[in-house]
Amino acid sequence: MTKCMPDPRIPAGPLADAWRRTREGLPLISPLRKGQMDVLVVGTGLAGASAAATLAQQGYRVTVLSFHDSPRRAHSVAAQGGINAARSVAVDGDSVSRLFADTLKGGDFRAREAGCQRLAEISSGIIDQCVAQGVPFAREYGGSLATRSFGGALVSRTFYARGQTGQQLLYGAYQALMRQVELGPVQLLTRRDVLELITVDGVARGVVARHLLSGELEVHTARTVLLCTGGYSNVYFLSTNALKSNTSAIWRAHRKGALFANPCFTQIHPTCIPSGDVFQSKLTLMSESLRNDGRVWLPKNPGETRQPDAIPEEERDYFLERLYPTYGNMTPRDVASRRARELCNAGRGVGPGGRSVYLDLTDAIRAEGKDAIAARYGNLMTMYERISGDDPYKKPMRIYPAPHYTMGGLWVDYHLMSSIPGLFVLGEANYSEHGANRLGASALMQGLADGYFIAPSTVTAWLAGNPAQDVATDHPACREALESTRRRISQLINSAGSTPVDSFHRELGSVMIDRCGISRHADGLREGLEQVKALEERFEAEVRVPGEASGPNAELEKALRVKDFFGLAQLMLRDALAREESCGAHFREEHQSDEGEARRDDVNFAHIAAWEHNTNGEPIRHSEPLQFTALQPSTRSYK
Amino acid sequence: MKLTLRIWRQRSADQPGEYQSHRLENVSPNLSLLEALDQLNEQLISAGERPVSFEHDCREGICGSCGFLVNGQAHGPRAATSVCQLYLREFNDGAVLTLDPWRAKAFPPIQDLMVDRSAFDRLIAAGGYCSTGTGQAPDGNALPVGREQATSAFSTATCIGCGACVASCRNASASLFVAAKLAHLGQLPQGQPERTSRADAMQRQMEAEGFGSCSSNLECEAVCPQEISADWISWMHRERRS
Repeated sequence: MTKCMPDPRIPAGPLADAWRRTREGLPLISPLRKGQMDVLVVGTGLAGASAAATLAQQGYRVTVLSFHDSPRRAHSVAAQGGINAARSVAVDGDSVSRLFADTLKGGDFRAREAGCQRLAEISSGIIDQCVAQGVPFAREYGGSLATRSFGGALVSRTFYARGQTGQQLLYGAYQALMRQVELGPVQLLTRRDVLELITVDGVARGVVARHLLSGELEVHTARTVLLCTGGYSNVYFLSTNALKSNTSAIWRAHRKGALFANPCFTQIHPTCIPSGDVFQSKLTLMSESLRNDGRVWLPKNPGETRQPDAIPEEERDYFLERLYPTYGNMTPRDVASRRARELCNAGRGVGPGGRSVYLDLTDAIRAEGKDAIAARYGNLMTMYERISGDDPYKKPMRIYPAPHYTMGGLWVDYHLMSSIPGLFVLGEANYSEHGANRLGASALMQGLADGYFIAPSTVTAWLAGNPAQDVATDHPACREALESTRRRISQLINSAGSTPVDSFHRELGSVMIDRCGISRHADGLREGLEQVKALEERFEAEVRVPGEASGPNAELEKALRVKDFFGLAQLMLRDALAREESCGAHFREEHQSDEGEARRDDVNFAHIAAWEHNTNGEPIRHSEPLQFTALQPSTRSYK
Repeated sequence: MKLTLRIWRQRSADQPGEYQSHRLENVSPNLSLLEALDQLNEQLISAGERPVSFEHDCREGICGSCGFLVNGQAHGPRAATSVCQLYLREFNDGAVLTLDPWRAKAFPPIQDLMVDRSAFDRLIAAGGYCSTGTGQAPDGNALPVGREQATSAFSTATCIGCGACVASCRNASASLFVAAKLAHLGQLPQGQPERTSRADAMQRQMEAEGFGSCSSNLECEAVCPQEISADWISWMHRERRS
């Protein structure tokens, strides 16, 4: 049955202040009644931990599920560079309207302007909130908060804690969460993998989770469910994400009816440490804040064999500075990534297989001294040295683009509710403000805006408007979800093959980065779809999952995740194929200008594609048109 | 290169463990030790044997999931490095590496190299926070924090909660973990209102969890991937009310 596109509930009237007006019109619940209502939060990254802590503070009984041994491990911890905020006191011309415009423009006009505006309005309050929690942001000598500039912006609005901003913000949220655990309203359940969503009469009412130590399947029910489970870059196998980051919670919700928006919008980060060996398990990101002081270059001559310091200045091509004089090394991520790939494909790359470009801090070190650079990027420099074996103070770093962030995710309305009533999706797991391309330092901003400030209001409004009875854990819907999960597990355990899961995941990643990575074209996407289908069939026949369903079984965890990645990968390829334009991180080779710049099609594609799962056939593509009132779509230009 | 991994294998806390040796005949020196374990596990799975259980996630030294002893040293021989960032080029061809889980009363074993570190979460829950709610924050610039003070607070706030300090202490003390959190919040103006009560509560919880008292050996500082100074432990001892 085809469903219609749900109402995105975008507020009417002027854009500015629309969120305040919306919030003030939302119904409330008395603190006493909140104490009788339970809320399920899945995931403890920035979005999940901040939402859980805030909902608990409001009086709800909150059950928090995390697949980690501790909430502090969530992958938000790895975000390095910083968090954007438009402070009203900025003197470099920054303002809420500029952050709004940069976000919308950076996303190449594929996000809702009301959402971008709200994010810009909330941003400043996030910094205050984090400071109050004791987040040790970098400070000026006089004691005020320090900022730095970041890719895609001409102002300095990024707040940071050396190169470990995500870690510090996460610990702030984690500590707030642990405080609520101690106070009583939060029940924290670690080492639980959420494997299925439970809906009762079409409303999200719980999840099935596997206890990762005992292997037992558990049913957890509540009045509402919040999925804060992060992004799906690991569909590419090699990415900057932590190894266990996965799509399973949102993919299972999608299969239960939640629309999946723009799955092909995935961001490839330009500054990562390149890959080498086949058993390499991940690509490590170097914060793009390094591009503030580093210059990106390649030798002018293809096949250059000299060491970088032996190549004279006139034989170097600082290609980002050459192509984009205004933004130079600070061009947005997608543009920088694509240029690096093109030049490497043209034989100009350096390092093993010619798959990297130089990021050179020599000029900055000469100008400011090694100590100043070490104070700014110390941990990044050490990390690079450990992984590559080279000293970045002496020799330019080698970098290459790697999958890093997924703008796509479950479709949500302005209230962050998915197309399944009662199912809220926060942070990277949803499709929201970043459009077709996220700006640097905006992920932390969005995760915390969703968790601290937006969901606590909109979840309350949902609960106030939809009184419901408790769902018993032996409700037929729970039993059915439990049974179907059990069947999936036993199929994998009983598979008669002999090939380890990782081997399939590696192959899937290689197809996806090739067909649906930095650059895409129709034939490649069609072939990719056939390749993934064939690989999924082989996986089912040939995978070996050792051990049993009970007890710790890391291979079973991986197998369940990879199985879901197969489904998602096919949807990404379909989405990339259907979007006949180039926009943001989605670059279709058929749609480019003579100079090789992306050609967007606002007549036919100024919409959010929202895919509906179809049990009996191909998924169905719906669309939500995007309207622009405050800022008209313009061609993105960073020249 | 060739590598022999002598690994502590233990199916569960209530079963005895033993060392098992596995040989990797052809492994790249550019792999991390965890990637070598991945490679070993693929071999074991293909051979129908149980793969080695170990904690890991981000593999870039920041999530704090990984950690075990390499030849008796927490996180291995390289300073300021968690074991996911330990590369095989650090070792000689043909090296034999003995891998043991963290061994501490407050960290019960789970399987092979995995232990239960939830005691750390309970230490934080006991008081490792500023009691402020969402929406109650004053302007972030209302209280100035000098650059040096902010930098010093940050250097203690970087603790990743891996547990190496506990595993390397002969008393299995969590003193460095607790001191780091107390110093992080105690150096900032936002942490002042609860400074003493936080110090009391966290140190009481440390004893309740079965962590020992500081052994004054400074092994904790030597193995800390974030290089947090053990001087903060002496600082902590002055923080307690009674």
